[in-house]
Amino acid sequence: MNDKRKELNSPQDIKDALRPNLRLIPKRVAKYPLLVILSAIFIFGMMFVFIFADFLAPFQYTTMDLPNRLKPPSFMGGPEQYLLGTDELGRDVLSRLLYAVRISIFVAILGTGIGAVLGTFLGFVAAHFRGWVEESLMMLVDAQASMPFLLIALAVLAFFGNSFTLFIIIMGINGWENYARLTRGMVLSANTHGYAIAVRSLGAKPSSVYFRHILPNIISILIVQFTLNFPSTILLETSLSFLGLGIQPPLTSLGQMLGAGRQHLLYSWWIAVLPGSLIFFTTLSISIIGDWLRDKLDPTLKNR
Amino acid sequence: MNFQFVAVKVFRALVTMWIVVTFAFLILKLSGDPIEIMLGDEADTDVIEYYRALYGLDRPLHEQYVKYFVGIASGDLGYSLIDEQDVVEMIMEAVPNTLLLGLTALGVSLIIGVPLGIIAALNRNKAIDRFTMTFAVFGFSIPNFFLGILLILMFSLWLRWLPSSGMGTFWHIVMPAITLGASSAGSLARFARSSMLEVLNKSYMRTATAKGVPRRQRIQWHALPNAAIPLVTVLGFRLGDLISGSIVTEAVFAWPGVGRLLVSAVAAKDLAVVQGILLMVALTMVIANLIVDLIYGWVDPRIRTSAAMDKD
Repeated sequence: MNDKRKELNSPQDIKDALRPNLRLIPKRVAKYPLLVILSAIFIFGMMFVFIFADFLAPFQYTTMDLPNRLKPPSFMGGPEQYLLGTDELGRDVLSRLLYAVRISIFVAILGTGIGAVLGTFLGFVAAHFRGWVEESLMMLVDAQASMPFLLIALAVLAFFGNSFTLFIIIMGINGWENYARLTRGMVLSANTHGYAIAVRSLGAKPSSVYFRHILPNIISILIVQFTLNFPSTILLETSLSFLGLGIQPPLTSLGQMLGAGRQHLLYSWWIAVLPGSLIFFTTLSISIIGDWLRDKLDPTLKNR
Repeated sequence: MNFQFVAVKVFRALVTMWIVVTFAFLILKLSGDPIEIMLGDEADTDVIEYYRALYGLDRPLHEQYVKYFVGIASGDLGYSLIDEQDVVEMIMEAVPNTLLLGLTALGVSLIIGVPLGIIAALNRNKAIDRFTMTFAVFGFSIPNFFLGILLILMFSLWLRWLPSSGMGTFWHIVMPAITLGASSAGSLARFARSSMLEVLNKSYMRTATAKGVPRRQRIQWHALPNAAIPLVTVLGFRLGDLISGSIVTEAVFAWPGVGRLLVSAVAAKDLAVVQGILLMVALTMVIANLIVDLIYGWVDPRIRTSAAMDKD
């Protein structure tokens, strides 16, 4: 983005930019490592599936075809209409996969979003009230950070039983402590900056100082944290669903498909391997892009 | 190490434990009546009342809380109403198996991860470096349940070399240990590489080169010991990941440890067992964090003085 702006300094640059120049594209792309491009394409594809699963899926993900159970993918000799074969109830694996991607990404976005909003809000609260409010919030942060969250999630599910709403809330509680800690620290330092003092002395309400002036200044760091938390939310959802304690049938998610496909590994391995690969490539792509971004943004890390 | 630093750290550890115990008590109380779950909806009122009195559930809430707290502090985690067995006994039966798996996995990740990281650092930006680091990213990106399934598929179902579940012989632990150790191996490799690179750029390494120490000795005697220090401390932070990982790994390979006990207890709603495991793991984590904190403070005086005053 920045490069583009730099190029448009003179009228000649603008003319060049407007002229369709196909050679420019490979040059631009060549700046990015191949793995990063592939990862970005994969993530883009997953988002596409997330939005358009309805249009892409050839069948409803619950439609059963009992005579055609556990059929192999059509290119491995299965029936023609089932591109990736069928599961133990004769449901189309491709359609289920597309819907599973939708549910998994939906849960991950919603969960990570809830965690971000909750954590950021509590961070502001801690920084505003200081004193015992801050102390107790930070103790909660420490307590949660010191426990493996999968265990807390399992305990809550055991005690309250499973429902989709509760499950989303659990996803949201995962990771809030990172935002709370970050926000508190950044707000404390922003409060001493000139602009915050200036706005405050002009008589602005605390809420307006925090949300209209400080928040826009720290949001970029929170967004980075969001992308860092995203894969861990996906892994939490898929792990719980894999254990049979997360997303429940008839709904499906990538982890739930993988867990159910385990029963049929010997003769129908693709039912488990396909959703598993999608989870793997999603977390891998985000890791690769995240590493690359970190190196770009922080040149001191380049040699590490 | 001054007294105040230790006191603050110990106090925080105790507070964390208190939060976890209170959390366990709260969700236990919020989740409904265990007697009704145990006896079912159609049980006689008298029978329910009898059991409520037996377990002290007819007392006021604050009294139950104190009793609960005292019970846990004295090591009583209750009684599994489903398996009809003492919870501490059940957990203690499973702990050695989990430790065996966890320590083997840790060993596997050290043996694979650290040498790979060092080799990568010594061949920086060459093909071997790129290859190992890509391998490391794969290692910690692959979800352990998927890696476990792939291994079972390949080595148990197709090649028929290794048993797919249970424990007993040496061959049973191979796949679970690799599954559990893979993500640690990946992150240890990356950490070892960066730690090694940092040491290689230090001025004492240049001094050693200047005074003519051969490369082999420079690496063995000057670089490796210094690069190992941060590695030792990072191991403490892997504990939480190992615990989460062992829950899933034990479920995949039907390994009779604490993780599998937990998953089956959650599925069966055996609340006493779930809560017992929650508290045990919390205690383990709190003690481990305390030890890491104290070692840190002991090694690095800057942390000792600043952490006692301010928690940043």
